[in-house]
Amino acid sequence: MDFLTRIFNRPPDKDSAALAKQRLQLVLTQDRTNISPETLSVLKDEIITVISQHVEIDRAHVQVAMTHTNQGDHLIANIPVIGARAPAPPAAERKRVQTRRPRAARA
Amino acid sequence: MPGRVITITSGKGGVGKTTATANIGVALARRGQRVACVDADIGLRNLDVVMGLENRIVYDLVDVVEGRARLRQALIKDKRLPELQLLPAAQTREKSAVNGKQMIRLCDELKKEFDFVLIDSPAGIELGFKNALAPADQVLIIVTPEVSAVRDADRVIGLAEASEKPSPKLIINRLRPAMVRRGEMMDTADVLEVLAIELIGIVPEDETIITSTNKGQPVALEDRTAAGAAFTRIAQRLLGEDVPFQTFDESAGLLDRLARLFRSQ
Repeated sequence: MDFLTRIFNRPPDKDSAALAKQRLQLVLTQDRTNISPETLSVLKDEIITVISQHVEIDRAHVQVAMTHTNQGDHLIANIPVIGARAPAPPAAERKRVQTRRPRAARA
Repeated sequence: MPGRVITITSGKGGVGKTTATANIGVALARRGQRVACVDADIGLRNLDVVMGLENRIVYDLVDVVEGRARLRQALIKDKRLPELQLLPAAQTREKSAVNGKQMIRLCDELKKEFDFVLIDSPAGIELGFKNALAPADQVLIIVTPEVSAVRDADRVIGLAEASEKPSPKLIINRLRPAMVRRGEMMDTADVLEVLAIELIGIVPEDETIITSTNKGQPVALEDRTAAGAAFTRIAQRLLGEDVPFQTFDESAGLLDRLARLFRSQ
């Protein structure tokens, strides 16, 4: 009975091949470019700092990742933008700018 | 015309370099090519045993390099195929017994007498691998459709390209079509997408490899086995013949996916 239970309760290994491929692409991108998850995190913070000096962005939804395609390895940053940082407007207008909601981050 | 030196390597151990070297050598010799198989795995020789020539070793590669024997004395003629000869590795020495320059000089000699010089590289990326790579005109990478093997193959591809060798070509070994159909093994297109080099052969998992090694009779000596036929097709492609790749019933539209992959490059 135990044997039968083990057979029928075994989770399917379907798509373990797809998982293998995904894992490989991630690990190879790291292997090839020597960019660790820690480095990516530091990169992300620095990118946020630099971009924020010129454009107001939605810091909480910034995404930075390495991708791997047939065309090579790419560092991709997805940065939701709230509005161009204009020189400080007069007091009346400033209040209007601040109540504008940030653009929804792309799903 | 001088011969072509082909180094067969993988990074990962146990994926089938020695089996491939022996069988591609046999397949080429059966087609009338003069072939020298060279075992570059000094200290862990196996090409002799896979080819069934282990009882005929008198001198080895290190003896030749160190001047104790002439190349002709060390080469073992295969009695089944007169065009096929083996230069065995030393068993009691280490990889450092030989350097890249010596390997190049050795292969320059061999190129004069043979159409193909197949070098069975050791596993790894250290001195043994570098020595095996040094004289190569062409590099073949053996990989199995598994995470570790593909990862190591990627590293080796990078090293070969950094050594300014022509872009290596890929042999996918020990493919199991039934597992691929169930989604439990990566298929040819998956591996090609990740490694992004040109394919030169697909060899299915085949139990006759084990029995053939037991007997020292490479499968490519006959036309009976799936793996033997695959190695023969690889030999044909090395000779410039246009041989279509087997699909082994992996999944619908494999050829379409492969076609798409190559078109997009």
